[in-house]
Amino acid sequence: MKISRLLKTIFMIDFVTGLLIAIKETFKTKKTINYPFEKGSLGTRSRGEHALRRYPNGEERCIACKLCEAVCPAQAITIESKERDDGSRKTVRYDIDMLKCIYCGLCEESCPVDAIVQGPNFEFATESREELYYTKEKLLENGDRWENILAANIKADSSHR
Amino acid sequence: MDSYFSILFTEVYKILFLLIPVLVSVAMIVWLDRRVWAFVQKRRGPNVVGPFGLFQSLADALKYIFKEIIIPASSNKLVFVLAPVVTMTLALISWAVIPFGEDFVLADINVGILYLFAVSSLGVYGIIMGGWASNSKYPFLGAIRSAAQMVSYEVSIGVIIINVLLCVGSLNLSDIVMAQQNLWFVIPLFPMFVIFFISALAETNRPPFDLPEAEAELVAGYQTEYSGMMYAMFWLGEYANILLMCAMGSVLFLGGWLSPIDVFPFNAIPGPFWLIFKILFLFILFALVKATVPRYRYDQLMKLGWKIFLPFSLFYVVLTSSFLLYFDLLPGK
Repeated sequence: MKISRLLKTIFMIDFVTGLLIAIKETFKTKKTINYPFEKGSLGTRSRGEHALRRYPNGEERCIACKLCEAVCPAQAITIESKERDDGSRKTVRYDIDMLKCIYCGLCEESCPVDAIVQGPNFEFATESREELYYTKEKLLENGDRWENILAANIKADSSHR
Repeated sequence: MDSYFSILFTEVYKILFLLIPVLVSVAMIVWLDRRVWAFVQKRRGPNVVGPFGLFQSLADALKYIFKEIIIPASSNKLVFVLAPVVTMTLALISWAVIPFGEDFVLADINVGILYLFAVSSLGVYGIIMGGWASNSKYPFLGAIRSAAQMVSYEVSIGVIIINVLLCVGSLNLSDIVMAQQNLWFVIPLFPMFVIFFISALAETNRPPFDLPEAEAELVAGYQTEYSGMMYAMFWLGEYANILLMCAMGSVLFLGGWLSPIDVFPFNAIPGPFWLIFKILFLFILFALVKATVPRYRYDQLMKLGWKIFLPFSLFYVVLTSSFLLYFDLLPGK
């Protein structure tokens, strides 16, 4: 036992075996993806950039109930509402400070009309802090852009809600 | 006056002809290191900047150049600024004596190996200066570790080199290569080659002996307080040293610029390319070792250097010299 251990140390058997394993692993397929050019799959509940959705007729879903504002643990959401001429309550201001946001998804969960949702986009880095203060226009625009995926995700997840 | 300038210009030209390739290959070697490391771990490594990510190091260098240099208020400013300069200069001037081919060497001095040894011993100064001048705890501890480690392993490298010199009978690096025409020293002195390789890892603070910059304990060792171009100079000096150790290994043991067998397709390739192949081979081994082995504990490191490598290489000196004496193979007879 002792002698074999000694020989093993002198001839560096363990080290050489390790090195050979390393060389073998070198030629195996890579486990990582070539990120900016290929992307991994995202779940239907992935919580990325926020979006405000509309009904198919173009009407905003948000009813200014301010549940999301109340539930937001980072207090990133600011809402101001006003009664519109047709008597419905709508937001005049809906801001999310994306730098305060912790992407917990509570706003999405609290929303009774599926208006505020978190979409699959997680690549929205900007060059200034101001650009990350999202206004209602920006959020609605996001909603229009991602509507197909957002609707599909909500439908896929509906049985669990 | 004219002849003075003509000599000056030819010398400067020769120096630049050597230094610029060395600096470029240092940049490439950093890329290769990261790439090999990534491949062993089944990652991709840097592959975006330029073809196969080859220009990654240049992009990094540009980033370092444009970053602010922060000099700590409590540091000794002169020594602090001098340390990276010393490290990089010492790493680069050693290249003067490395022979790239027959008569293709900047300074063909007769004490080439002694010069290499002297310069690489001075390399410790850059690190001690950096660690001491930072006037901060982590850099100081890192510098002490680094100095102790480099001094210890220099001793065993010295004894290993004596083995080679016994077989050559000259301190001139070109003579050392020419003495290997029939048989590379890696074959008769294989154990010495292995010990040289491991000592070279320790000498250049590479994993598994990268204790001076063990990030879990010492942040970044003696480099902790450095930023911007000064950090980049440390880093360049470190990799130039690694490259130099690979070159030394190939000159001492792998026959330098000689082709492995003296038959047509091999001996048609010019000498410098053979040396570059050998340096690359050794460097890839360095990178593979970095990817495979865990870091040594400090006492194990010292034990390995003083209690195992030094006695063993001393024993091998006796063995080599008695062998040469017994079979009457002593050189210079």
